[in-house]
Amino acid sequence: MTHSDSGGTRLDPWLGSYAARAHNMRASEIRALFSVASRPEVVSLAGGMPYLAGLPLEQIGEMMSRLVAEQGETALQYGSGQGYEPLREQITQVMELEGIHAHPDDVVVTTGSQQALDLVTTIFIDPGDVIVAEAPSYVGALGVFRAHEAEVVHVPMDADGLVPSALDETLTRLAAAGKRVKFLYTVPNYHNPGGVTLSLERRPQVLEICQRHGVLVLEDNPYGLLGFDREPLPALRSMDPEGVIYLGSFSKTFAPGFRVGWAAAPHAVREKLVLASEAAILCPSNASQMAISAYLDHHDWQGQIKAFREQYRERRDAMISALEEMMPSASWNVPDGGFYVWVKLPPGLDAKSMLPRAVTARVAYVPGTAFYYDGAGADHIRLSYCYPTPERIREGVRRLAGVVAAELETVRIFGAGGSGPSRTIEFPSPDIA
Amino acid sequence: MDVMILAGGLSHERDVSIRSGRRVKDALEEHGVTVALADVDTSLIPTLRGLSNTVVWPLLHGASGEDGSLQALLELTGVPFVGTRSQEARVAWVKPVAKAVFQRAGVATPESVTLPQSLFREAGADHVMEAILANFELPLVVKPARGGSALGVSLVNDRSELAQAMVHCFAYGDMALIETAVTGTEVAVSVIGTGDEARVLPGVEIVCEGPYDYDARYNPGRVEYFAPARLSAAGADAVEAAALAVHRSMGLVDLSRIDLILDDSGVAHVLDINIAPGMTETSLFPQAVEAAGLDLGALYAQICADALARASA
Repeated sequence: MTHSDSGGTRLDPWLGSYAARAHNMRASEIRALFSVASRPEVVSLAGGMPYLAGLPLEQIGEMMSRLVAEQGETALQYGSGQGYEPLREQITQVMELEGIHAHPDDVVVTTGSQQALDLVTTIFIDPGDVIVAEAPSYVGALGVFRAHEAEVVHVPMDADGLVPSALDETLTRLAAAGKRVKFLYTVPNYHNPGGVTLSLERRPQVLEICQRHGVLVLEDNPYGLLGFDREPLPALRSMDPEGVIYLGSFSKTFAPGFRVGWAAAPHAVREKLVLASEAAILCPSNASQMAISAYLDHHDWQGQIKAFREQYRERRDAMISALEEMMPSASWNVPDGGFYVWVKLPPGLDAKSMLPRAVTARVAYVPGTAFYYDGAGADHIRLSYCYPTPERIREGVRRLAGVVAAELETVRIFGAGGSGPSRTIEFPSPDIA
Repeated sequence: MDVMILAGGLSHERDVSIRSGRRVKDALEEHGVTVALADVDTSLIPTLRGLSNTVVWPLLHGASGEDGSLQALLELTGVPFVGTRSQEARVAWVKPVAKAVFQRAGVATPESVTLPQSLFREAGADHVMEAILANFELPLVVKPARGGSALGVSLVNDRSELAQAMVHCFAYGDMALIETAVTGTEVAVSVIGTGDEARVLPGVEIVCEGPYDYDARYNPGRVEYFAPARLSAAGADAVEAAALAVHRSMGLVDLSRIDLILDDSGVAHVLDINIAPGMTETSLFPQAVEAAGLDLGALYAQICADALARASA
């Protein structure tokens, strides 16, 4: 508590000390509504949490127990700032599945790829610098970019991902306006939240455009191995190792609780990333890294990924079929991998305004506004099929259909809707991002 | 005496309720009381049946917690509990009904009309909104007839804003309360005790940059508080008398928070009643307790003891 000059009190004693960038950091009633989503009565189609019940938890427990018993003094100790070397070696083998030929020295292990995202932004972004991102973009990335006072300019996507001509036009326009674009942030595979994948044909086009404009590419790829019907497409980094920083993660292919991700970066960038990481956390968790390393060594991790794919395919099918049956007035993409369906609401509806009604109806989703830097996206919602069972997904869509119908009725009655562009930054909780 | 706090629930205010519950638990435990926290779920009734020498403190905010439902459940199980009984809670929860009750007790409250969404559909939204605007001067406040934490509340400064305000309101419930906006000093008066023994705590004056919305209420910084409120003796008397009159005429028990605006002519207009006021780090009831020089844990323990004694009588 602090006392003001006028004699009143403010409940934040540090109110006058915050950096300017912190002033827009406010939790909102929208975020508060998500605390209801954790209740079992609510069908949450909001969370991006992987379905972990299919993991061989008993074997993993035994593995971790052996790790501590046999290598505890190393596992529980500080480690290398760049990351556990055997794991870095194994990460290069994982990246080979998407065509990346890398040396373990190219890899920096981080506390989740979210930390890698933060480190890259730390070393590249000055306040006012521009980051170009897809429209929509990953909410966790937007939060990092805002925290570093970057300006984010969105570039449209279509069914084949980022539109190269729009990217070229945007970079040209920004250069003419004297703006400093530092990197393109892209989630090229089974996009969160858009669900789409950058086509093979467009990948070299995007790289050529960025090379021509002198713009680095930040390739964020947590879902690349979770396609349902095809082999993974070659990563952007496989086509341009010097122009692309690649972010990878074990959160979706194994489990997020270990908090292990990585960056594969050009040599000079990697050096700075290590320094920045050491300044932030000293070193990533040895225990987590060694657990993942043991898992990769002793378990059929590729077989597990195949099992995950089938589980998520079944859930995707349940969601799409429920949407087709119960929400024909909306439109959506059909993802062929990953976790998300990006749904366009019927005209006149506002996803944020509708959320309280959804909570009352015991169903949760993420409003599209969370995925835009400029407050757009109110006409979309992200639905996650990764966590609930197919039966719960169907029930969730049934409830959501009722909410949409009731909201349409209200909007029809008043000829109005929406809360306008949101200027409040809505940081998601980790299980929602 | 042990205490079981019920917090969480399934309302839009679940997050606030959980935070309130934790804060009250901490304060009681610092005072040496054994406290358990529980949510309302299928294990609640078996848990309640197993209690002895325990007072239940329902701290759910919003529907189920404040509309009398939870209180009715507690009455059915026969456990002693803190706060207003189910019948009175039900009346207090529905704002237009509560306004009618305490207006009869001579308490001022902004002029208002209450309309269900269905009426806008049946009679034509444009016609109804025209009728509203013909009878009420701007600015108006549109709010759900049942609800708290400023959820669904809009200030309408221009005619063109009314439709959107109605849509925003009806996302939270099917009944809207439309009131004239009263300008003046915003004060929250907390009341403790019951009936003739009820007494007011110092009013807390709220000075907010922008609207006193959800963010202002629950995130420290935007609001400046003055406890006690910077009122003249007459002004303080007016708000305290109004709050006490509401608490007594509504039959509220143990504690409440009454939100008022003291207008420039010294009239105290009651805006809202809370039978389970927020107890978070930024909430007004704990600030009032501290302004009164009372110890939070001691007061909470006394409230629980009174509830237990009442049940035993």
